[in-house]
Amino acid sequence: MTPKSVLILGARSDIGRAVARRFAQSGASVTLAARRADALADDLADLRIRFKVVAEAVEFDATDGAAERFFDGLPALPDVVVMVVGLLGDQAQSEADLDAANAVMAANYTGPACYLLAAARRMGTRGSGCIVGISSVAGDRGRQSNFVYGSAKAGFTAFLAGLRNRLFKKGVTVVTVKPGFVATAMTAGMKLPPALTAQPSEVGDAIFTAVTKGRDVIYVRPIWRLIMTVIRSVPETVFKRLSM
Amino acid sequence: MSEPDRTRVPLTGWGRYPRRDCEVAAPTDPAAAAVARAPARPLIARGNGRSYGDASFGPGLTVDMRRLGRLIAFDEATGELTCEAGALLSEIVAVFTPRGWFPPVTPGTKFVTVGGMVASDVHGKNHHGAGSFCDHVLSARLALGDGTILTCSRAENADLFAATCGGMGLTGTLLTVTFRLIPVRSSKILQETVRAPDLATAIDIFESGSARTYSVAWIDCLASGAHLGRSVIIFGEHAAPQDLDPSEQATPFARPSPRGKRVPVDFPTVALNRLSVSLFNQVYYRLQKPGRKVVDIDPYFYPLDAIQDWNRIYGRHGFVQYQCVLPLETSRDGLTALLTEIARVGQASFLAVLKRLGHESFGHLSFPRAGYTLALDFPANPETFALLDRLDRIVTEAGGRLYLAKDARMRAPMLRAGYPRLEQFNAVRRRYGLDGRFRSALSDRLEI
Ligand SMILES: Cc1cc2nc3c(=O)[nH]c(=O)nc-3n(C[C@H](O)[C@H](O)[C@H](O)COP(=O)(O)OP(=O)(O)OC[C@H]3O[C@@H](n4cnc5c(N)ncnc54)[C@H](O)[C@@H]3O)c2cc1C
Ligand SMILES: NC(=O)c1ccc[n+]([C@@H]2O[C@H](COP(=O)([O-])OP(=O)(O)OC[C@H]3O[C@@H](n4cnc5c(N)ncnc54)[C@H](OP(=O)(O)O)[C@@H]3O)[C@@H](O)[C@H]2O)c1
Repeated sequence: MTPKSVLILGARSDIGRAVARRFAQSGASVTLAARRADALADDLADLRIRFKVVAEAVEFDATDGAAERFFDGLPALPDVVVMVVGLLGDQAQSEADLDAANAVMAANYTGPACYLLAAARRMGTRGSGCIVGISSVAGDRGRQSNFVYGSAKAGFTAFLAGLRNRLFKKGVTVVTVKPGFVATAMTAGMKLPPALTAQPSEVGDAIFTAVTKGRDVIYVRPIWRLIMTVIRSVPETVFKRLSM
Repeated sequence: MSEPDRTRVPLTGWGRYPRRDCEVAAPTDPAAAAVARAPARPLIARGNGRSYGDASFGPGLTVDMRRLGRLIAFDEATGELTCEAGALLSEIVAVFTPRGWFPPVTPGTKFVTVGGMVASDVHGKNHHGAGSFCDHVLSARLALGDGTILTCSRAENADLFAATCGGMGLTGTLLTVTFRLIPVRSSKILQETVRAPDLATAIDIFESGSARTYSVAWIDCLASGAHLGRSVIIFGEHAAPQDLDPSEQATPFARPSPRGKRVPVDFPTVALNRLSVSLFNQVYYRLQKPGRKVVDIDPYFYPLDAIQDWNRIYGRHGFVQYQCVLPLETSRDGLTALLTEIARVGQASFLAVLKRLGHESFGHLSFPRAGYTLALDFPANPETFALLDRLDRIVTEAGGRLYLAKDARMRAPMLRAGYPRLEQFNAVRRRYGLDGRFRSALSDRLEI
């Protein structure tokens, strides 16, 4: 499928920007949805100048519980919806402060999932479309260092799998994206191994290809599939003793 | 607004010499770049790190501008472009060449940011006619490191504009730049190659070719005696559709598909010895067949960009580039003295480029001035540094100066001798409270 329109939910993120550029490069019109959407004027100008596409911005908060109203307010249902929203948070803080934990869970799971339910119903009725969810390898196994974030992503991964199954017969595809490490604002200041770290533009390219080729689950750098297979295969009796 | 996250990383310029562990921030939001505050620690902006020496990192916070590269406004009628300072020239060329617009001035690599082009007031092969990049800059927005943002241009804060153009990032962080692209009718260059058996002939060819749009010479700097200054001079004009092969005339902006080579690992340091360089130079000299042909903009303007990470061929100790300009009156004698000294030592310079520059720019620390500029690469080692000290004396005696965007080792007295408007520059920095607030490894070394 060659999408004619794409909606990016969480468009201010480095990954969201890269995805927007990649779709615009193919000529798709782009809607950027983010908090403080009025501050996206320069991003819209950039897309219009570079790619001569239609680009608009809409106000959006993934955790406001107003998904139905949001989609009803759009001038048209886009061909592709990409959910980029996420919040890494701080594991220690989440353990100490339950409000912080809740915020991480809401930003990575309940908020995004509710928005995608609203999108899915509309796409199902139309009988076409593609939903992309950015989840994480952190959801492939809970680890002491980030399991609040990881468990929310695990929920989101399971949600996307079920949604794919649900929409299959309705002609709507669902792509689960597990980026591995990406050099973005979220990871700024962390020491990341270069061979395992993708640039945002690679994520944009990978998502575009997955959408046009109808892929189900992608790891942006293929090495991550192997790494996570190994990590998942460690027996729990051993795993619980590790400091990962 | 919180300050951007930061991390400590070893940084170098393109020459990979010198190296320094730096605190780095990479803001995605222009407001974050603007509020990055001194004097808790001094600031310096970094573009794409294509300056060779120590200009693009500093003792305080180094602000990586590459995430702020949006194109903000473009006027299809005039070619006027406003973009964020972190925009790469390569992206501007890719977006606008197919639409018939080209940068008014371009350095020998397109992997530079617009901010870096302003801060170094870069010159191209058309300097004798078009001037330097800042001659085409209409205005810029500059963050002064205390939260203030000023617009500067020839009309507004003109003193700050003159200090900023060529000011090596020492007058603030450029956020956006407005400049004018030039119209072109194809993505091709009509190239003419002429051989010069010696320096005198090369200079005569430059002087009689002043009406040509682009010109540059590659010198075989190991040639000596009667061959001293042996070179190939390459002229260029933007091609019109009728200059192209008939099969290409219908699509004058078509581009060849990109094909990147990469230098995968550091070359052993011995790879670039005198013999291999001499061979390279002789082969290059012979390969450049005299005559005319039509070539794509990439091989014409950016031949080295075809080999990614070519700076690794000098090995892990890195290399230095030496670029000087000599006034017109002293150019013949000065260049002869420089080339004689280089040939005598037989130091291996992989590339040696000679170019006629036009007029002096309005930027206080801009490099170009009327005369001839010579650029050479040398491995970073003690013999090189000793040679360069001797070349410094020749340059200073000839009334010349070194290019700050290339320099990694000159000392303060040479800077003061070569840049008589340094006092004006410093006065502007004091007037706006910028001295001490913006510092790079280069400014510390040169006591700016
Ligand atoms: C192969 C090659 C060929 C070259 N050919 C030429 C040539 O033909 N002519 C020529 O003039 N130069 C040439 N150069 C030099 C190059 O054009 C300059 O060094 C240019 O400044 C590099 O841009 P950058 O974005 O990489 O900047 P950096 O190298 O990262 O920084 C250079 C300077 O600009 C400042 N700076 C960068 N961004 C900002 C900003 N946003 N605000 C304020 N200050 C900023 C930095 O503080 C630093 O002082 C060449 C370099 C290479 C590697
Ligand atoms: N970087 C990595 O290594 C990595 C690895 C795996 C997965 N991911 C995932 O990739 C996605 C993008 O992350 P990133 O790396 O680009 O980091 P990022 O810049 O921190 O992106 C997160 C984005 O989510 C938005 N957001 C958070 N809560 C929101 C809410 N309630 N409503 C609307 N928007 C909200 C933020 O918007 P504001 O601008 O308004 O704050 C921000 O733009 C996330 O889902 C992340 O989990 C990243």
